Amino acid sequence: MSLTHYLVLAAILFSLGATTVLLRRNAIIVFMGVELMLNATNLTLVTFSRIHGDLTGQVMAFFVMVVAAAEVVVGLSIIVAIFRTRRSASVDDVNLLKN
Amino acid sequence: MSGFTAPTIDWGALSPVVIVLGAAIIGVLVEAFVPARARRNAQLALSLLATIGALVAVVLLWPGVEESGGTTVLGGSVLVDGPTLVLWGSIALFAVISLLIIADRTETGEDAFAPNAAAVPGSDYEDVARRKGIHQTEIYPLVLFATGGMLVFPAAGDLLTLFVALEVLSLPLYLLAGMARRRRLLSQEASMKYFLLGAFASALFLFGIALIYGYSGSLRYADIATATGTPSGMESVLLVGSVLILAGLLFKVGAVPFHTWTPDVYQGAPTPITGFMGACTKIAAFGALLRIVYTVFPDLQWDLAAILWTVAILTMVVGTVGALVQSDMKRVLGYSSIAHSGFILTGIIALNQAGITAVLFYLLVYGAATVGAFGIVWLVRERTRQSADGSPGPILGEATHLSQWAGLGRTNPLLALTFALFLLSFAGIPLTAGFIGKFGVFSAAVDGGAWPLALIGVLASSAAAFFYVRIIVLMFFTGSASADGEPTGTDVYVPAGDVSAPISAGDGAVAVETVVETEARSTITTTVVKTEGLAVAAIAICALLTIVMGIAPSPVIEAIQGVASFLP
Repeated sequence: MSLTHYLVLAAILFSLGATTVLLRRNAIIVFMGVELMLNATNLTLVTFSRIHGDLTGQVMAFFVMVVAAAEVVVGLSIIVAIFRTRRSASVDDVNLLKN
Repeated sequence: MSGFTAPTIDWGALSPVVIVLGAAIIGVLVEAFVPARARRNAQLALSLLATIGALVAVVLLWPGVEESGGTTVLGGSVLVDGPTLVLWGSIALFAVISLLIIADRTETGEDAFAPNAAAVPGSDYEDVARRKGIHQTEIYPLVLFATGGMLVFPAAGDLLTLFVALEVLSLPLYLLAGMARRRRLLSQEASMKYFLLGAFASALFLFGIALIYGYSGSLRYADIATATGTPSGMESVLLVGSVLILAGLLFKVGAVPFHTWTPDVYQGAPTPITGFMGACTKIAAFGALLRIVYTVFPDLQWDLAAILWTVAILTMVVGTVGALVQSDMKRVLGYSSIAHSGFILTGIIALNQAGITAVLFYLLVYGAATVGAFGIVWLVRERTRQSADGSPGPILGEATHLSQWAGLGRTNPLLALTFALFLLSFAGIPLTAGFIGKFGVFSAAVDGGAWPLALIGVLASSAAAFFYVRIIVLMFFTGSASADGEPTGTDVYVPAGDVSAPISAGDGAVAVETVVETEARSTITTTVVKTEGLAVAAIAICALLTIVMGIAPSPVIEAIQGVASFLP
């Protein structure tokens, strides 16, 4: 299996994540879409790292994981705060801010 | 295998960043160990010391950088050159001024933030926290962390540092946006929208980084710039990667089509935070954008020019048209910030030396007017009138509806004049700093061959002047709807989209309507709140900056010109 296959797989995963973010209505699922995009990026980085034969891409992947963990902490706290107020995590229900 | 050799790090050149981030970490410790009563003062002193310290460090670094043209630190991960120092100075300056507004309290000891952000709005727990006068002092370390990220963002010399800085500046801002004391549902909603869209944008940005890494085999700006100059048959990867990276940066500056979060977040976030975010994030993100467009992708300018031109034109038009139809002060300022992003983009597209100077100066000018304007918005409040004897009741949230600002020029002439000054600076009227800033970016665009952009920019500014002047007319020449006597009926403002708005969807939606809000409906007046004076001092500094840079801009412009060249 050539390394290009990994890149194609990563691109498919990334597109799936982006589609999830744009189409789903539950904030938690939207957030999972973002995580899928980040992990697809990690796969891309590691594959390119292998192709180029240097470690930079793998180091970057570690940073992405740490940042994703921090993002989960912040994101879930915001979503939980909203859920406790409204008993709903749907992004369609938060619609007070408009023209 | 050879032993580990520790890298030599020029801590001196990094000192502004080290001071701010170090103080942020100490701030977390203060939160844990200092008794609650002394905590606010300790945090405030620490944050002000750190940001002023960063400003002083920038001044001390200036002569060396002016002479040498800049140094690379941490093996090229951070570039301390002239534009970096100008941006660091601007960010630190506006962080200091914003902190003054953030820390200010009304006479009754209320700041702009929820006493306990974790408490459900309208719950007993929130009531108890409010009665006990608890303050959420975590605000200060969060602001410092965000400032630290903003300092690193435009100075980054590789894409890894850029990404980490982006997250360090964004994550605290997502939280800060959700911590308003009043209208907490709006605030939490703003926070969630900002977070979800921001996370999506940073995922796109990250995929762009991965593609650029795949193309060039390096994350270092200099290596990428070399790689883009040599054809390799993978140009599509490079192009998609660079567009995704630009998308991430354009999201942060609020350019069309990534602007939709801007008005919502500007409206929902606590007003002092809106000012901080509006000024400092924009400075940091445009700094990074400037560096990337000028030093990383100069060989791509023919491919990227079409995209940047479209974005700039759309941003100017959408921002201006959007602001024309708004009726909420914070949303008007939000759309105006979108239009300003478009104006600054024309300076970036110019791709010449004058463009760098003009953009850096514009950011300084825009920051002063933004922080000052939002400071004033924070002071203009709603107040209920006790119906029995007509005496004023408790002070509520910000009076953000435009109709509530009518007649402010008569009741508070000085405040209204200062606000008019900031609006004129936004509009770019001569003798205010905004005029010099706009003139700079448009003339740079003409020099760089982008005269159609400059033309659209001038047209958009003249259309924008209409809604700034409309607000000034409203403040000075329209009678107050509720200054004295009975409300006249037609002019009475009913707070729409307030916390009391019904929540229709979902089973068992909790009622968050508060007693005050229902009583207040027909008897709300507008007042200017009395505070401890920190916000007034901050607004005065901003007004002074706006006037001085409008009347005598040449020392500042010459100082920026002297250092305005990027390290390769």
